[in-house]
Amino acid sequence: MNETPSQTVGPYFAIGLPWPEGPYAVPAGTPGAVWLRGQVTDGAGDPIGDAMLETWQSGSEGRGFARCGTDDDGCYAILFRKPGPVPGPDGTTQAPHLAMSVFARGLLHRVVTRVYFDDEAEANAADPVLTSVAEPDRRATLIAERGDDGYRFDIRLQGEGETVFLAF
Amino acid sequence: MLDVHPPLAYDGYLSTRLRAPARSPLVIPATVTELTGPALGERDFGKLDNDLTSQHAGEPLGERIIVHGRVLDRDGHPVRDSLVEVWQANAAGRYMHDLDRHPAPLDPNFSGAGRCLTDAEGRYRFVTVKPGAYPWKNHHNAWRPAHIHFSLFGRAFTQRLVTQMYFPGDPLFSQDPIFNSVPDPAARERMISRFDLEATEPEWALAFQFDIVLGGASASVFESDEDDE
Repeated sequence: MNETPSQTVGPYFAIGLPWPEGPYAVPAGTPGAVWLRGQVTDGAGDPIGDAMLETWQSGSEGRGFARCGTDDDGCYAILFRKPGPVPGPDGTTQAPHLAMSVFARGLLHRVVTRVYFDDEAEANAADPVLTSVAEPDRRATLIAERGDDGYRFDIRLQGEGETVFLAF
Repeated sequence: MLDVHPPLAYDGYLSTRLRAPARSPLVIPATVTELTGPALGERDFGKLDNDLTSQHAGEPLGERIIVHGRVLDRDGHPVRDSLVEVWQANAAGRYMHDLDRHPAPLDPNFSGAGRCLTDAEGRYRFVTVKPGAYPWKNHHNAWRPAHIHFSLFGRAFTQRLVTQMYFPGDPLFSQDPIFNSVPDPAARERMISRFDLEATEPEWALAFQFDIVLGGASASVFESDEDDE
């Protein structure tokens, strides 16, 4: 069958897509739940106030979906529980990660990335996706930094420090 | 062969210029992360609502329509029990959104958003009003063809799709960069719904059929022998 093409979410998705519990991959108060926070910026470094992020995790430690629109400062926050290792191709093991989609006006289809965690250095060093990114500064765009109440993960859509986006 | 999906960098659509990534994506094998996906339902976001004409005290103004179709995977199998979300402008071409400054009237009886789940055959159905065309600032005298935004999940992260449904014969297609960003003319046609006289309800509402085909593999394709999903 021939696929239906993608189109942009446009500037007005907020009338239909967000819901109050959307940013919660796990309910508030879940043991081990932490925040993933970050900012989405464009090729000029300006915040994108009309982006929407979705995360998905399928690991044994927790399976969950979250959706969050960015605020006027381009910021988002998602409550989740860090997953465990995930089986990879050919018997490999992938480091704990989330899959992330980014939608926005000006994106004719979503862009996809992964969120890894900087306190998983050993697992990250053996991860097939991370190790396939040769330049350390590019690889760093896929790794969230541990902070007070969770992790920080910024997304730069274009230009200096551009996030590594994925296709499959 | 021309791509099904639009390129991220498409000069005719100004908003892509600072938002389209400059680098090519890193191609990775789809793993269990990508081959699975959420099965969203009412426990997640509250009540489903596939009738956009009955969300307020009165009926919205405009041409009442039925929009229905099937969600299929690339092998033609129905995508069952899967969330379909829609949002749209009202009949005057105005979204109920703070940033929409088009000087057309809001309709207090129309919010313009709905959700439903596909049935066992992958079917969905909405009752709504036909959205109006509206101007935007992309280029001189730019107008968006009438459209309804669709969000689809499929069975796996790989299959996630956001698209727009258009109406047959719209005179605005030729000047719309978003519609024309799809390189293959045949693929563009697949975003245009079909007027459906059979599903039209006499003395009540016109019907339009819009079938959606999701690309991307899902885990159930590989597990179908052992997993009778």
